[in-house]
Amino acid sequence: MKFLRIALAVALALALQTTLARFMVRGTAAVDLVLVVVVYAALTGGPVAGMLAGSIGGLVQDGLSSGVIGISGLAKSMVGFLAGMIGQQFIVTAALPRLVMFVGATLVHAIIFMGLYMLLGLRSFSSPLAAAFGQAAGNAVVGMIAFTIIEALPGMIERRKVSRPRK
Amino acid sequence: MTLVDLRQRSGLLFAALTIAHIILISTQVTTARGVPLLESAVFGLFAEVQRGTTAALGGVGHIWGDYVALQGVRHDNAVLRDEMSRLQVAIQQERALAAQTRSLQQMLDLQQGTPLRTLAATIIGGGASPEFRTVTIDRGTAHGLRQDLAAIAPEGVVGRLILPGLRASKVQLLIDRNAAAGALIERSRAQGIVMGTGTDRLRMDYVASAADVRLGDRVVTSGIDGIYPKGFLIGQIESLGRGTGAYRDVVIRPAVEFSSLEGVLVVVPPPAGAFKAPE
Repeated sequence: MKFLRIALAVALALALQTTLARFMVRGTAAVDLVLVVVVYAALTGGPVAGMLAGSIGGLVQDGLSSGVIGISGLAKSMVGFLAGMIGQQFIVTAALPRLVMFVGATLVHAIIFMGLYMLLGLRSFSSPLAAAFGQAAGNAVVGMIAFTIIEALPGMIERRKVSRPRK
Repeated sequence: MTLVDLRQRSGLLFAALTIAHIILISTQVTTARGVPLLESAVFGLFAEVQRGTTAALGGVGHIWGDYVALQGVRHDNAVLRDEMSRLQVAIQQERALAAQTRSLQQMLDLQQGTPLRTLAATIIGGGASPEFRTVTIDRGTAHGLRQDLAAIAPEGVVGRLILPGLRASKVQLLIDRNAAAGALIERSRAQGIVMGTGTDRLRMDYVASAADVRLGDRVVTSGIDGIYPKGFLIGQIESLGRGTGAYRDVVIRPAVEFSSLEGVLVVVPPPAGAFKAPE
């Protein structure tokens, strides 16, 4: 059931990502929604969930892009595993630790992703640091909002049920 | 159940997924040399394994060969040392034999080249006292030798027989303090008497101050002493002095290296009646 939810979240993120990509500033994807989902899955479901989410989401991302299939999958699965491990070891429920987690996860992902491409001599990045930090900021903001919404959603539904007048 | 197992073995799953991703990436990427990355990586990895295996085997072989297998080396070493010592002795014997052969060959050449009748003799002993420079040869009266016969060598004059025995004789070397021989300068024919000094040098006495003598002149026997045949080399003039009176001081370096003599030729007088007086 949990696996299904993860798969759905990844699919949703991919759909949103591919839809919103053309609206991004100068064509630069400042937010990686799949990565946000991966971090979320890792923090809430543990390393296995994060790893599976990262692997599936990354592979699909790779398949949809013109890059080498597996690089994003590898980067995201590693990030998911690490984030899940950290989430199990430390209390990451407050806003700041989550923010740090999103920023850190994005930076690690960028290092692995860009590093692999550069290591294999397949691609060069003109300003990798700026891109990584820009995406880290974007992911952190989106992630924090997503966490807030998801955590607030059950209470909102309950309150609306309670406040609805009975006929 | 499977999911629970996976959760319990997240590290294993992570490793498997990572490897799977790497393999997946490798199948799509080629190196700069055009070789598929997977093939190149596998080959590189296997090459390192081979290198490690070879190094390990080499190390084991090294330890085995240089330590374990050397248990019998001490014994072998002792045997080889003995063999080497034996061979060194054999080499020295061979060298001595070769030198002796050379010496004998030279003496044979001298014997064949000179009109004199000679008898080859081997030196079998040195002088009993350092004050007397003598040697003992293995020929005596039994071989037709007698007193005051000249002993020569391929290099020059050696000395004279002073004590002939039945089968051995004592030869007084020319460098003995009591030895002397009539001599002349080969170039100028200036005459004198060569005297032994007891050292490794000779002295030529009675060389007139006006005589034409130069350093390096060859000094040969004059034959006037009745012992040494005429014309045999004694040595070369090494130094010249003004001397006292009417004679010069002349020092000669002997032609013969007395310390390394191994054999001599004794000049044997012709048998009685061999020479006929002219009619």
